[in-house]
Amino acid sequence: MSQKPEVLRVEGLSVAIDTPGGTLRAVSDVDLHVRRGETLGIVGESGCGKTITSLGIMGLLPRRARLSARRLELDGRDLAKLSAKERAALRGDRMAMIFQDPMTSLNPVYTIGNQMEEIYVRHGKGNQKQARERAEYLLQKVGISAAASRLAQYPHQLSGGLRQRAMVAMTLMCDPTLIIADEPTTALDVTIQAQILHLLDDLQREYHMALILITHDLGVVARMADRVVVMYAGQVVETGTAEEIFAAPRHPYTRGLLDCIPIPGKTQPGAPLGSIPGIVPSLLGPIDSCQFRNRCPQAFADCAKAPVPLRETAPGRADRCLLPLGSPAQPRRASEALGAAE
Amino acid sequence: MNEAAVKSDTVLECRGVGRMFAIGAGMFATSKTLRAVDDVDLTLKRGEVLAIVGESGCGKTTLSRMMLGLLLPTSGEIFFAGQPIQSIGRNEIARRVQPVFQDPYSSLNPRKTLAQIIALPLDVHNIGTREERRARVEELMELVGLPRRLIYAYPSQLSGGQRQRIAIARALAMSPEIVICDEPTSALDVSVQAQILNLLQELRRELNLTFVIVTHNLAVVEHMADRVAVMYLGRIIESGPTAQIFSAPRHPYTQTLLDSVLTPDPTRGLPEFALGPGFPNPLDPPPGCAFHPRCPKVMPQCKTQRPATTRDGARMVECHLYQTAAQ
Repeated sequence: MSQKPEVLRVEGLSVAIDTPGGTLRAVSDVDLHVRRGETLGIVGESGCGKTITSLGIMGLLPRRARLSARRLELDGRDLAKLSAKERAALRGDRMAMIFQDPMTSLNPVYTIGNQMEEIYVRHGKGNQKQARERAEYLLQKVGISAAASRLAQYPHQLSGGLRQRAMVAMTLMCDPTLIIADEPTTALDVTIQAQILHLLDDLQREYHMALILITHDLGVVARMADRVVVMYAGQVVETGTAEEIFAAPRHPYTRGLLDCIPIPGKTQPGAPLGSIPGIVPSLLGPIDSCQFRNRCPQAFADCAKAPVPLRETAPGRADRCLLPLGSPAQPRRASEALGAAE
Repeated sequence: MNEAAVKSDTVLECRGVGRMFAIGAGMFATSKTLRAVDDVDLTLKRGEVLAIVGESGCGKTTLSRMMLGLLLPTSGEIFFAGQPIQSIGRNEIARRVQPVFQDPYSSLNPRKTLAQIIALPLDVHNIGTREERRARVEELMELVGLPRRLIYAYPSQLSGGQRQRIAIARALAMSPEIVICDEPTSALDVSVQAQILNLLQELRRELNLTFVIVTHNLAVVEHMADRVAVMYLGRIIESGPTAQIFSAPRHPYTQTLLDSVLTPDPTRGLPEFALGPGFPNPLDPPPGCAFHPRCPKVMPQCKTQRPATTRDGARMVECHLYQTAAQ
């Protein structure tokens, strides 16, 4: 593996939210890191904590949420030590976020130009004129024709695809080292989706930023990501390179997800699809066992005895399972798990 | 025309169906005409699954609303089992065709219990006694895999997949011939999507239902549909048996759509295709073939002449490339 400089390192990130019913563990003990020029895919279903993780990194969590982390570093700077003001100075400058729905994340009463220039001027990168030049340059860069006239338009005057392009251009205003894209193409048509993904890919090659791509679409992750983190019920359940995750998944949840989707040319049309029975466990209260065991086809007694630790099997390859797929049929002992949890 | 054959086989037929809307008529503004659906021919055979695919704004939802009898066509005719739709009463149409909508969060009344939601069609049509309706509701819940204990639950107490099951149960309450599903799984998680698709397949086999699935998810289309109709700017530009369309698409637009499906295969990068500018303004459609500004195989005649329909067995395509080949 080439050792490009690390942009983000997260260790032991947890987010707890106090609710009337008790403390909700939205995210538990998440480790992840991403290097310059690298794309990290975070996959999981709704409620698995992937969006909360990214909001935690950005410092955009709602006030009720309590974040804790052993390490949370951007470009070697400890984010936890920064004041709210200093965090705000990094947002939009060093790290930026692309949201799912550009219609709701762009301000409807300001022009595209206003919103783009504001970022540049606020972060003290230059004056209004320079900001306008940069905005126009970036709109061209993301493939918007007649960029100068688009700057004077309001978000509602642009189509969904153009809005998302403008959103991408906006994140690039201050040349950030980290971009987090949360479901960037889910609201778009398939043909537009491919274009936006191409754009992100090209821009990443050119600017060498680190990209975290959060999505539930396994096709998007497979085609875009270098490495993948699979999340379930607030925990990381498997990590590895995209090839490893898709060719040889080790966690039964990852396997289940892959079996659920019809694949043209591979799944038999009309044949029943695989499914993951049951529902996601409650995130209230402490974790005392494998979170997936109620839905797992191969759960056994030990799965209920103690929390299962994330275990690294090779550098960059880890899974949270006592009986990982594709390994010798000897289950990892629960006592081992107990020891690790303490 | 052989009336008996039409009755037994074709449940719904669209002949030259079009729908126009007047847009932007104000005190001083003259209205513009939006041709949402334009000259669509479509037959739906009993027991088949027809998929209508296309990008947003292509008219697929307008077409499905006309099939539901919620909108009348401004040109052409729709027939149910050989009878023109205008001659059939509103209630009669609702008995034969039922919808399942995309978003089970907004398509169910949050203040009604499951029993009330599922029984609503029976109440509207005044079918059966209270006890009979109750029995029917329980039967339907079992059919779609909802546990009986949820009968007095409210939609807010249920998951997305369970809500979509309610919507399906409600659609089946009147034992319709046709169920029109508009993006039935787009709002659902991957694992839940598989459960709902499996349920639709089972129901189709058990009840011999005819499905129209309106979607942009081509993987779902290949898995579920017998026939596909691809729409672009209000027109069906290609249709035919699913297996044939997927193995050998003809229209450049269909080819592009199929290329843009991202299978979960990390050894392959992003698909390479240049589709040019975005979807055209439907108020001001391009002359000639509506797809020509984005078409990678555009020819001079595409810019001026609308391509005629070329038929070949069960397939049809509307493209100049095949017109010259056929002539």
